[in-house]
Amino acid sequence: MTLQTDDLASLEAGLDALETSVVTGPSRGRRLWAATWPPLVFVALLVGVWQLVYEAHVVAAYRLPSPADTLGALRDQWDSGDLREAVWNSVSRGALGFAASLVIGTVLGLVVGRVKPVRRAVGPILSGLQSLPSVAWVPAAILWFGTNSATIYFVVLLGAVPSIANGMISGLDQVPPLFLRVGRVLGARGLASARHVLLPAALPGYVGGMRQGWAFSWRSLMAAELVARTPELGLGVGQLLDLSRQNADIAGVIAGVFTILVIGIAIELCLFAPLERTVLRRRGLLAATL
Amino acid sequence: MTILQGREAAQVQVVQTGPAVSVRGLTKRFGAAPNVLEDVSLDVAEGEFLCILGASGCGKSTLLSLVADLDQPTSGTVEVLGGKPSLMFQEPALFPWLTAEENVQLALRLKGVGKAERRERTQELLTLVRLKDAGKKRVHELSGGMRQRVAMARALAQDSHVLLMDEPFAALDAITRDVLHEELVRIRESQKLTVLFVTHNVREAVRLGDRVVLLSSRPGRVVKEYDVKIDQPRRIESPQVAALSVSITDDLRTEIRRHGGQS
Repeated sequence: MTLQTDDLASLEAGLDALETSVVTGPSRGRRLWAATWPPLVFVALLVGVWQLVYEAHVVAAYRLPSPADTLGALRDQWDSGDLREAVWNSVSRGALGFAASLVIGTVLGLVVGRVKPVRRAVGPILSGLQSLPSVAWVPAAILWFGTNSATIYFVVLLGAVPSIANGMISGLDQVPPLFLRVGRVLGARGLASARHVLLPAALPGYVGGMRQGWAFSWRSLMAAELVARTPELGLGVGQLLDLSRQNADIAGVIAGVFTILVIGIAIELCLFAPLERTVLRRRGLLAATL
Repeated sequence: MTILQGREAAQVQVVQTGPAVSVRGLTKRFGAAPNVLEDVSLDVAEGEFLCILGASGCGKSTLLSLVADLDQPTSGTVEVLGGKPSLMFQEPALFPWLTAEENVQLALRLKGVGKAERRERTQELLTLVRLKDAGKKRVHELSGGMRQRVAMARALAQDSHVLLMDEPFAALDAITRDVLHEELVRIRESQKLTVLFVTHNVREAVRLGDRVVLLSSRPGRVVKEYDVKIDQPRRIESPQVAALSVSITDDLRTEIRRHGGQS
């Protein structure tokens, strides 16, 4: 009449196997290669066009350096030790500023996201702040703090904190109410609920905010370094760039832009992109092929 | 009845004797809207499998929320034997940042079970739902039926006498649902569970329940009760299940017809 226990077990095993077909994507190396070569080809093309434009003498050489000139300027900066010093100073400033923004932004995001009256009062201003370029604060900061590290960190914080806080808020908003109900059924209340349900559920939005927060801190830092230049601040990548401008060294200027771009891309690619991908893939929110 | 009295009557009482679940004069309304549930009284005996059946708007899910203490009744009382009941939803609602076994472990952890015992108990529970080899899988790697079985293991981890189920199989395909019915009956017998099962599927109610309670809609009231005197194991296709389903469906349709035209 009905299934025996063993029959049920084998039936269920069959059903499970049918419904969870394993899709194996291409290998890791192959995926990496597939993701790497198109941008490389494109960059090579751009450099080729650049070289052609240079050779056609459409623009005067003091305005447009050749790719080789730019590379040479980069090598000179490296050999003199300026580049190393500047990169170290900027990256450590950026990291410190970002770390501070992370702490402040996270706490702010939690408070604004979870406390309703605060949300109503602070929420709109916080999201509005995101559209204000933090460079706008540089003049004020110089008048308040003088041309020193405080000015730089102030500007970096104002650039990154709103992004991180807003990321946290949207992460919290996206937590399915069902998860909170399940948490309550399982006996999670107060801190336990925050730790085991609310915060892990909010993580994807938060990581997105972190990623954006880093981009904003790096931009703000460069803007601040370009404007604020004194011996006591030492040499940053932005200051190095401005120095080249003062010397009317166009190859040095272009080299400086590349340095800023490459550092930004490297940190994004080595740190934030993998972090976000790991978080999303674990939750099945990302196709395995990406 | 004043609002204050309603509040006083709100808490789910944990009792040590009597039926597994005892609901008395339960009424619930949200704000100024009409009553969702009206004067519902029912008992679930220890070890009984009771199915609550009704069309949309009969307050089935509201009833379970009240018994699970997720919501407060407007008036009436709920008593549960032995402690807080566990609850399963239509969605498995597993946490996607955890593996299958971590989901089960979390339930144990929130109960204060120690680490070593947690691991051991999780293995037992996953073995019970026949998923002992899938413990390391993430939620998105499991099929719908497997997820619902992990959810069952998680509910059982709470170690409560009473399991509340809110249309737990409604989102599954018919083949998987049929297999899970079989599983539920087996697990319920081996674990000596009391089950309060809500569904809008008449055959499912007859397939599973020792007793079926039909609720009316808007407001939800108890209309009729049926003792299902068919021996387990049953099959959903069997003529006995079909025969009782026909008569219950007729009553259900009569209830639904009342809402067309007149009101």
